[in-house]
Amino acid sequence: MGIYSKPVTFAIVAAVVVLIGTLVTTIIPIFMPSTQPVSDYIKPYTAIELEGRDIYIREGCNNCHTQTVRPIRTEVARYGEYSKPEEFAYDRPFLWGSRRTGPDLNRVGGKYPDSWHYRHTYNPQSMFARSIMPAYRWLADSGLDTSYTYRKVSVLGYGYSEAEVKRQIEEYRKKVTSPDYAAAAVRNEVTPEELRGELTELDALVAYLQKLGRDVKTLRKRESAGVAEAAPAAAGTNPFAGDSNAITKGREIFQKNCTACHGADATGGIGPDLTDSEWKYGGSDADIFRTISGGRPGGMPNFETTLGRDNIWKVITYIRSMGE
Amino acid sequence: MTEKGYDYTAVRGFAYSALFWLTVGLVVGLWLAAEMIAPSLNFAPWIAFGRLRVVHTNGLAFGFALAAIFSCSYYMLQRLTRTPLAFPGLARFHVYLFNIAIALAALSLFAGMNTSKEYAELEWPLDVGVVIMWVVFAVNVFGTLIKRAEKQMYISLWYTIAMTVAVAILYIVNNLEVPVNLFKSYSIYAGANDANVQWWYGHNAVGFVFTVPILAMFYYFMPKSTNLPIYSHRLSIISFWSLVFAYLWTGAHHLMLTPLPEWIQTVAIAFSIFLIVPSWGSVVNGYYTMRGNWDQMRTNYLVKFFIFGITFYGLQVIQGPTQGLRTLTSFFHYTDWVVGHVHMGTMGWVTMIISASFYYMIPRMAGRELYSVKLANIHFWFILVGQLLYTVTLWIAGIQQGAMWKATNADGSLAYSFLEGVVALYPYWVLRLVGGVIYFIGIVIFIYNIAMTVRGSKETAANAQPQAA
Repeated sequence: MGIYSKPVTFAIVAAVVVLIGTLVTTIIPIFMPSTQPVSDYIKPYTAIELEGRDIYIREGCNNCHTQTVRPIRTEVARYGEYSKPEEFAYDRPFLWGSRRTGPDLNRVGGKYPDSWHYRHTYNPQSMFARSIMPAYRWLADSGLDTSYTYRKVSVLGYGYSEAEVKRQIEEYRKKVTSPDYAAAAVRNEVTPEELRGELTELDALVAYLQKLGRDVKTLRKRESAGVAEAAPAAAGTNPFAGDSNAITKGREIFQKNCTACHGADATGGIGPDLTDSEWKYGGSDADIFRTISGGRPGGMPNFETTLGRDNIWKVITYIRSMGE
Repeated sequence: MTEKGYDYTAVRGFAYSALFWLTVGLVVGLWLAAEMIAPSLNFAPWIAFGRLRVVHTNGLAFGFALAAIFSCSYYMLQRLTRTPLAFPGLARFHVYLFNIAIALAALSLFAGMNTSKEYAELEWPLDVGVVIMWVVFAVNVFGTLIKRAEKQMYISLWYTIAMTVAVAILYIVNNLEVPVNLFKSYSIYAGANDANVQWWYGHNAVGFVFTVPILAMFYYFMPKSTNLPIYSHRLSIISFWSLVFAYLWTGAHHLMLTPLPEWIQTVAIAFSIFLIVPSWGSVVNGYYTMRGNWDQMRTNYLVKFFIFGITFYGLQVIQGPTQGLRTLTSFFHYTDWVVGHVHMGTMGWVTMIISASFYYMIPRMAGRELYSVKLANIHFWFILVGQLLYTVTLWIAGIQQGAMWKATNADGSLAYSFLEGVVALYPYWVLRLVGGVIYFIGIVIFIYNIAMTVRGSKETAANAQPQAA
């Protein structure tokens, strides 16, 4: 066999053999429309979101969090609609990840209020005692460096002018430093005094997390407007009202899913007090069911698919038992 | 043949570098395993899991494995061509360049300068350094091959050439990026394309760093250690070409059920299944080489490393394609199962073959016998038990986590919150740390044994054992 005594020829043949699969599965697809679909509803990151994304990369968040919801029933129930290729048109690099030590984040945008993210990123164990996530305190302690922001968006071709980048940064600074900012209390709690009037790295990271999946959610809302408001499963009456087993089970579910925001004794935190008689969205069983099942815009996530009907009723039974 | 003219300086330099980075990478690994059960250990930015994991993977894949590969390649290259290195000075320079690059890589990753693409995290200035280093290596490989005295190139040299060519292509294509400044760049690919290019690279980094050059060591050091010729030359030809052909098609099995076009995923599954054939070609070739001489498992301490190593390789290449099937990936992907899978390959196959290669090579270069065969045997059992405890534990953890993610109540709602799935794994993660510690003890014994051999407490004649290439 000739080539086994001709190293250079051997190397060329080996290169050709290696390049065949490379060409077919990697190089040619680069130029195919199916790997680079575009869609009007997907917007590029703002200057702040991009800075937040770079912090996400710097801290290696992708080592524990994925950003692709697969088309699997339980995964869609847990995270939301499965991921589409066009959503990643502005992702350089992609951040799909390979291990879910923590949950997928592709649909986390809008799921929780900003205050949830400030508290959770700063000290995850304060919300979930057995969480494995590191406490990223240093993000709140570091001012955001925006000296390369314009260069970054230029390299990525987002088409913002330098003035526009400055405006976006200033606008976001005004938003989060304003006393009217919905997360102002928690932000002040985690941010050192000298940085409260400035943008921190945590501010940018929160902005980025809130962007994830937002465009898809906006599109779905637009599509379902016009059609009747997608009503979460009709409520009806509580089949477990007063049932003591349901109260026990309801407490268990409450402790796993609700205490991070509403507090261990349900007297409130990021979310409102549940033991008083005030109900923002109506205090009947049916109203509370709708709130838990479908979520509310202020930051209440929906639990329709994760908890299911029976468990939601049990939680309500438990909540009712506390008022007694 | 005589030893005359062979230059082992770079061989030694890379062997010691490999052992150094192995220690660093494993200590980091143990710390990471501890962070998985005690999150408060993430007390500073540079030590937090997200940054540290990258130091672990890069430190061991490139600091340890690549240094060992360079070391053994420079050794095999000279022996198999019966020619001294074409540029021994350049090879020595290569040792320095390599260690500077790895040290800077570790520092930059600690500092959070990383591109996020797995096993290609280094920022662009270091990428340039890596490419220069690779050229330096390739010049010696081809320079020596062209000058060679032995006409036919042995199997191991084919694998070395394939690695040299393929790694260059893989590394350059996946690391194409636009710099923002000295410490930051953005990939030229976006979204699904970036993912596809990355996992074409990621999978073939496994193929052409953790497989191809390790097979080169296996095909050379195993026959040398046993004095048995490789069973079938024809089988090795078939295995070689089908392996280097098929590997490049399989990257997308890391991206099953993602937004990547489905045909790329399906092609990847098909070629992954096909890859079992050439991989087992080498496994079978290894087993048959021992035929009639299996008593060497008892009498020759090195045979255990080779046979267990190639067995873990064989298991690895069955497990890999299987878990890449759509139905199984939907269950196993993103769980600890895959972490267990990778560690069988690295802690089982890669480390066992490198250990045996070093045990063969280093005493011969020093002109001495190994300090202690008994310690080598203890080393073997510690890394075997440590690895099995580590991998089997994580497979079970992966099954449990996959099942908890998919479990539903009668009404179709999810049975477990994500956090419950995490909390359930803490006991496994404790066991994993124990496995890692046992493995690490084995490696410390290995390094001690090598160090004592090099220090030379047992002087023997250089030609005590057969040396012919």
